[in-house]
Amino acid sequence: MFRVTEKSLDLHELIVFVSSPMAGAIATFLGTARNHNSGRRVISLEYEAYPEMAERELARVGEEARRRWDVERIAIVHRIGPVQISEVSVAIAVSAAHRHEAFEACRFAIEELKKTVPIWKKEVFEDGEIWIGTQSERPLNPATEPKNG
Amino acid sequence: MKVKVKFFAALRECVGSSEITREIGEGSTVGELWEALQRDYPKLTPVNMALLYAVNRDYVNTGHVLQDEDEVVFVPPVSGG
Repeated sequence: MFRVTEKSLDLHELIVFVSSPMAGAIATFLGTARNHNSGRRVISLEYEAYPEMAERELARVGEEARRRWDVERIAIVHRIGPVQISEVSVAIAVSAAHRHEAFEACRFAIEELKKTVPIWKKEVFEDGEIWIGTQSERPLNPATEPKNG
Repeated sequence: MKVKVKFFAALRECVGSSEITREIGEGSTVGELWEALQRDYPKLTPVNMALLYAVNRDYVNTGHVLQDEDEVVFVPPVSGG
């Protein structure tokens, strides 16, 4: 199950999806909307996705996790649109025969999601808003980019 | 030939549009399209972020040659999670 959705997320639905008689463990991760960042009070979050590609990339993350660890089933669902403080923005569930694989694959899934999946987070403050990640300063012209950072 | 360009997040706000169609020359690359768009939309010129490039929903590099009807997205730094 690899989805982006405007609806609030239900971890139980993911757990049911990854449940398997072959599994001895289910690891889960929830990302939740934090009320502060870099010392500023965050009022709410807003997520935007390139939905068709985001779901493909989530599936690719799942395939890569499956290639690295012996896991049974994986579910990754990301919410888009407005997300209030304390609400869940991303939910991941991984089932595996043993807990080590379930934990590792679950952690890999969230770390990889943050690197490659075309989803963007806007933090709304009392006195402004910012798209997270876009404040990074690197040259745009690839010819002038440093080799391998 | 024509390509469809979709804008998201910070770039959508810069351009003021989520999707446009752009006429380009045969053999144009993704990088050349970006330069053309910077001329069309001066607000893109100071954009100073590490973009990724996607064509038809796959990441490509800046030298990727575009085909008629391609769907192109200039992907601002992702920040899901």
